[in-house]
Amino acid sequence: MDHLLLIRYGEIGLKGKNRHMFEDQLMRNVRAALGPGLPGRVRRAYGRVFVELEDATHTQPALERLQRVFGIVAVSPAVRVPLDFEEIRQAAVELVRRQSMTGPLRFRVEARRPNKAFPMTSQEINEQLGGYLLREFPQLKVDLTRPELVVSVEVRELGAYLYVEQVPGPGGLPVGVSSRALLLLSGGIDSPVAGWMAMKRGIRLEAIHFHSPPFTSERSLEKVKDLAEVLSRWGGGIHLHVVRFTDIQKELRRQAPADLMITLMRRFMLRIAVAVAGEIGALALVTGESVGQVASQTLESMYVINAVTSMPVLRPLVGFDKQEIVERAQAIGTYPISIRPYEDCCTIFVPKHPATRPQLPVVEAAEAALDVEGMVRQALAGIDVVTIGADAVSVGSSPA
Amino acid sequence: MAEVYLDNAATTPLLPSVVERMTDVLSNVYGNPSSVHNKGLEAERVVGAARRQVAQVLGADASDIVFTSGGTEANGLAILGTARARARRRRHIVTGATEHSSILNVCRLLEADGFEVTYLPVDRHGRLTPGAVAASLREDTALVTLMWVNNELGTLHPIADIAAAVKGRDPEVVVHTDAVQAFGKVPIDVDALPVDLLSVSAHKIHGPKGVGALWIRPGVRLVSPLGGGSQERGLRPGTENVAGIAGLGAAAAAAAERLPETAARMRALRERLWEGIAAKVPWAVRNTPAPAAECAPHILNVSFPGLKGEVLVHSLAEQGVYVSTGSACSSRRTGHSHVLTALGLNDDLAGGALRFSVSSLTTAEEIDRAVDVVAAVVGDLAELVLR
Repeated sequence: MDHLLLIRYGEIGLKGKNRHMFEDQLMRNVRAALGPGLPGRVRRAYGRVFVELEDATHTQPALERLQRVFGIVAVSPAVRVPLDFEEIRQAAVELVRRQSMTGPLRFRVEARRPNKAFPMTSQEINEQLGGYLLREFPQLKVDLTRPELVVSVEVRELGAYLYVEQVPGPGGLPVGVSSRALLLLSGGIDSPVAGWMAMKRGIRLEAIHFHSPPFTSERSLEKVKDLAEVLSRWGGGIHLHVVRFTDIQKELRRQAPADLMITLMRRFMLRIAVAVAGEIGALALVTGESVGQVASQTLESMYVINAVTSMPVLRPLVGFDKQEIVERAQAIGTYPISIRPYEDCCTIFVPKHPATRPQLPVVEAAEAALDVEGMVRQALAGIDVVTIGADAVSVGSSPA
Repeated sequence: MAEVYLDNAATTPLLPSVVERMTDVLSNVYGNPSSVHNKGLEAERVVGAARRQVAQVLGADASDIVFTSGGTEANGLAILGTARARARRRRHIVTGATEHSSILNVCRLLEADGFEVTYLPVDRHGRLTPGAVAASLREDTALVTLMWVNNELGTLHPIADIAAAVKGRDPEVVVHTDAVQAFGKVPIDVDALPVDLLSVSAHKIHGPKGVGALWIRPGVRLVSPLGGGSQERGLRPGTENVAGIAGLGAAAAAAAERLPETAARMRALRERLWEGIAAKVPWAVRNTPAPAAECAPHILNVSFPGLKGEVLVHSLAEQGVYVSTGSACSSRRTGHSHVLTALGLNDDLAGGALRFSVSSLTTAEEIDRAVDVVAAVVGDLAELVLR
């Protein structure tokens, strides 16, 4: 009896070449998620991915890690036995015994037989195995429509696979099947969630953070690194590009109309992010913005800010309410980091009455007095790149 | 870049002689003081020697010193221990609005247990009078706990007069003083001081972190909030931090040896710092009281109204000058420090407050460099922020 993990994936509309790309990437990501700590073989067969762990006691930690691999719909700990009904029966008894039942349990057997060479039909397996389990475990009661326990049997060429548990995966597409994008990562609640949603669509992420010492502290930068680390658990190592933004803020504070501070800061951030995206081959930016009432989130603001680039700016949270974002952040694990209380010392750059409906010609006129290109160039020259996620470097990357 | 460390009220670098003493104990004396054999006796002797050193500095008897894990634990033991010993008949406590969080938060715990606590207000510079303390006493007052030197302002409470006024009104009231910031800075002689309990800590006087002591006047009864072995008279059960205690002893002895001179030197450096800042930043506001009798020698609290203390701390650190906003224990929370709030400072003054604190190791050159850096940093930020 071999112990395996049976991984189901199922993005609708996968076919042909796409399907292979998807599966290859998923297998690489599964291998990377298990890492050297949980050694095993990862193989593909029958439209499934199977993991044969070297050590059966690794099953639980492996399950936990696989729940963070995008593209996986569900994982089942399974056993594989030779194609023999007696073997199947023993394995089924073993699986049911591990359920440690405390009272009556409604169950059914669900057999599939793609391997038609096996002498029993699916229906015969259902009936005979079900009857045998009923005799063995008096607590069991057959219920075909609302079972609490489903004993699944799949009869394949290389053996019969049995499983009773199904742990849901995160769904989505394996990170790496889509191209690269650059996430504007702040220390807040929203942007890590936006990054997570981008990864969920198979996007390989890098992140950029705007740091303003001494107005933001070293500890707030640590916080951003910690957020990137949590994200990296969902999709491999993340390069974090840290931009020193202080000089631009100071220059704007000296030269620009106070009510346009936020709009102008955002336009500079976007320009810098676009330049970095170009360097790393990213095809889009990702932000945590959603449409709202505050200064930078009105459509007027977005329009004026976005006007500096033609690169797509993905805003995965656009349809979310705050509460939905918070719940998602909690599930991802970024929320407790995002709410760490470091004083935001940038408030001196936030005007008391920011323009909520800035006009593009007015904003462009305000920038005419500035050496925009020079300011951006200087910021780009001072970027620090930090790699986040320890065993990350190879995670999800294509084989050389 | 030369570093100038002016955050000695947060913690101090260790004296080489303290490191030497601790290294010796860590390397050679590994026994448990409670063990019956020679190894135990050896360790017990180390602890005993340190106990005599600390007692000598306080003018106390060695048998009245209880070692703790630091100032916070000494304060907690004093307050909770007194409250537990007296809860049946006396359930009122008097303290001050500017006390350290290790006092205020323990008082709040007791409030939840049905004790009543009076938090005495202070004036613009953190001062309060013996008369005000005496006037707050009630028939059921169990304890008065007031700090000797305020950790954010350097303001010195006239603790001898306060204790005398309390005892004059009701000798049954236990008086505790948190002397963590006074220890090694102000001469202490418990014989001439009518308090009953006094807390000190090692790491504010160039000793190690994680060790402190509570002096308990003979006859004053405490009931330990902790259960365990009989170490430290059962008041602080648990195997002794032998090397740390040795470090406290060595640091206390070193501080006491040169106390009048070092205090005068620290005071001169503190005033040099203030005069330098006041000359270059005429709009800076001094929160620490000026008269020598009203402030400890080592702390200077200054507001740069309109600037943000935390931004100043980061800017100064970039130039190698280390200072603090308020107390390190509260600076990571949002909002202003409870001490500055208690002074009645407005947002601009409270938000722009910095604490500079010197030690016996600080030099005049360092002060001059700090003045130059402060003037430059404050000038730059003011130009940007206050335009």
